[in-house]
Amino acid sequence: MDFAFTHEEAAFREAVRAFVRASLPADISRKITEHKHLGKDDFVRWQKILHGKGWMAPGWPVELGGTGWTPVQRYLFEEECAAAGAPSVISFGVNMVGPVIIAFGSPAQKSYYLPRILASEDWWCQGYSEPGSGSDLASLRTRAVRDGDHYIVNGQKTWTTLAQFANMIFCLVRTSSEGKRQQGISFLLIDMTTPGVSVRPIITLDGAHEVNEVWFDNVRVPVTNLVGEEGKGWTYAKFLLSHERSGIAQVARWKRELAFLKRMAGELQSSGKPLIEDALFRAKLARAEIELLALEITDLRVLAGDREGRAPGPEASILKIKGTELQQSITELMMEAVGPYALPFAPEAMDAQWRGEAIGPAFAAPLAARYFNYRKTSIYGGSNEIQRNIIAQRILGL
Amino acid sequence: MDFSFSEEQQLLRDSLQKFLEREHGFAARRTRGQSGEGCSAQIWRAFAEMGLLALPLAAEHGGFAGNGVDTMVVMEAFGRSLVVEPYVATVVLCGGLLDKAGSAAQKAHWLPRIAEGKALFAFAHGEAAARHDWRYVGMKAERGGAGYVLSGSKAVVLHGAQAQQLIVSARIDGDASSERGLSLFLVDAERTGVKRRDYATIDGMRAAEISFDQVLVDANALIGAEGNAAELIDGTIDRANAALCAEALGAMTALYEATLAYLKTRQQFGVPIGSFQALQHRMVDVFIHLEQARSLTYHAAFYAHAPDATQRRHAVSAAKVLVGEAARFISQQAIQLHGGIGMTDELSVGHYVKRLTMINATFGNIDTHLERFAALA
Repeated sequence: MDFAFTHEEAAFREAVRAFVRASLPADISRKITEHKHLGKDDFVRWQKILHGKGWMAPGWPVELGGTGWTPVQRYLFEEECAAAGAPSVISFGVNMVGPVIIAFGSPAQKSYYLPRILASEDWWCQGYSEPGSGSDLASLRTRAVRDGDHYIVNGQKTWTTLAQFANMIFCLVRTSSEGKRQQGISFLLIDMTTPGVSVRPIITLDGAHEVNEVWFDNVRVPVTNLVGEEGKGWTYAKFLLSHERSGIAQVARWKRELAFLKRMAGELQSSGKPLIEDALFRAKLARAEIELLALEITDLRVLAGDREGRAPGPEASILKIKGTELQQSITELMMEAVGPYALPFAPEAMDAQWRGEAIGPAFAAPLAARYFNYRKTSIYGGSNEIQRNIIAQRILGL
Repeated sequence: MDFSFSEEQQLLRDSLQKFLEREHGFAARRTRGQSGEGCSAQIWRAFAEMGLLALPLAAEHGGFAGNGVDTMVVMEAFGRSLVVEPYVATVVLCGGLLDKAGSAAQKAHWLPRIAEGKALFAFAHGEAAARHDWRYVGMKAERGGAGYVLSGSKAVVLHGAQAQQLIVSARIDGDASSERGLSLFLVDAERTGVKRRDYATIDGMRAAEISFDQVLVDANALIGAEGNAAELIDGTIDRANAALCAEALGAMTALYEATLAYLKTRQQFGVPIGSFQALQHRMVDVFIHLEQARSLTYHAAFYAHAPDATQRRHAVSAAKVLVGEAARFISQQAIQLHGGIGMTDELSVGHYVKRLTMINATFGNIDTHLERFAALA
């Protein structure tokens, strides 16, 4: 047993750190660390920098643009990016539809879409959830009916993250109502500029526009946009879910956030004394830090399992549950830290361009909104209750 | 980064587990706890033969110079089998103190005896007014005669009445909470003026209240430098806490396995109760607590001997907090999920629960370690 990284791994970390320090635009990292809103351009700019270095899709096969890194190197890469305040690479292309196309797509789909994902020419979004299909995804009703060389798609997707930036959507659609309901589902790639596609914003309780409804009204999709076989969509979707465990816990990012919280607690006052000296607050802070340390080691233990060649398994559900619970408690502590300055609601202050006078401490404006926003994390990506079902069935054998 | 165990460690764990399953069964443990002995001479001899008592001690005195992970392997197996023998008191605490700071003569005399199972030790340190603060020592040592005169009382000394030798903390100067002045003395338990009140603990072990009335010891009874034992005590208690976390991990694993098996076999309403989602989710939370506790127990074991005291304190206190919370949750849920039968003395569940609960009351509870961690962070 050894908690230290090898010399090679440490050297790799240094190389990544040096690259990120030299290449990450300061205006982008400032938005991240100060919790301001990011625009489409911020994500794309950083992704193009990574692409220039050949680091856009570390997990892909080398011949398709991957890096050939070990799981530990990928972990260190993500850690260094997060620690420096780099935006997360938008997952929908590189980590979600990309691996599905690589595994099941046609040669034409591979040669067309994969380079466009690497170069950030397409922005993908995910068409899974529907108004009537949340945790019970297999009940989805968006229909694709074959008409010559096209499918005619009708229906509605919802909770579609950043669909307002996207030009492509990968969808689970119903191509048959025969047999088991999972068997009637297909995986379809849809160009969002096709007539009949419309996007309507959903404003969440924090006032943000992150998610959308996507409507399909007699949308004609070429049959060549079907991935793999008709009726196999559910298998591909499950492959996608189990494929990408790396980065679920986001430990490095939350270490940075905890450090930010500590700096805040040093500056803020309570009864005229630094908040960090308040025993009850300090205890909560310490508890979060201990939980995060445990999660980091659990994450590395799962990673070590990956390295030994075991397929990423249901342990990832532990990382999802603990990771999101911790994110929620840290965002809550941040809001708590600013006391009554959690109250002022100034959405304009969350825009990095805004030059107005802050109400209270400058860092306070986004904190309550972020607390509310982070309630989503235990719902999305398979709710934490669904994750508990997975662990109960697949690890505990209940 | 490597979380695997060496071949030697795996071998040690397997053979120890087999031995304990054979010789340290639940029924035998219950009778031992109730007898005044508190432990079995036969088991202790077997531990010596297996090399367990020499494991962390220096090689030149018959030890194996084992590290914190080796101790963890032993303690986890002890936790699984609810071992009552005074391993932490004799080997981890007192063996550790002598190994780190004993004089050449003390080491040459006592370490081989500990390794061979010929001497039981207890660490007479905690005091009633200190509660969980192991930096707080009111007991006095004054220079007198050819050495020192010790006066004061020690509280809940683990295996205090079974030990032949005591290592006693007392202060040569400073007030009770000052770091300076703390000293350690090796005291024969039969020495004039030492009074011991032996009792059973609720988790099936033994402990004692010990008073020292003008106890005279030689100058060579001093362990380490006079007045300078604070860091030595702190580090040794950290290593004991890392060991206790490993013991807790073993006990929690046993509870987890017993409870999971019960959910699969106990039938109500015509189905196994493990088919109910409310109980499934509770059991998943037990599992998550266990895995998180395992992560920090490994971490604490790895850093228990770290030369950097801050790194060691950080790792050990983090583990004691998280393991403490996991122990409480898993204990309470194990009883709840077993239902009425979980309340009985006859079932092992309650005995694991009592041991886990008392680990939380030994060498600092959750609050003590949370505060210590916060002060470091």
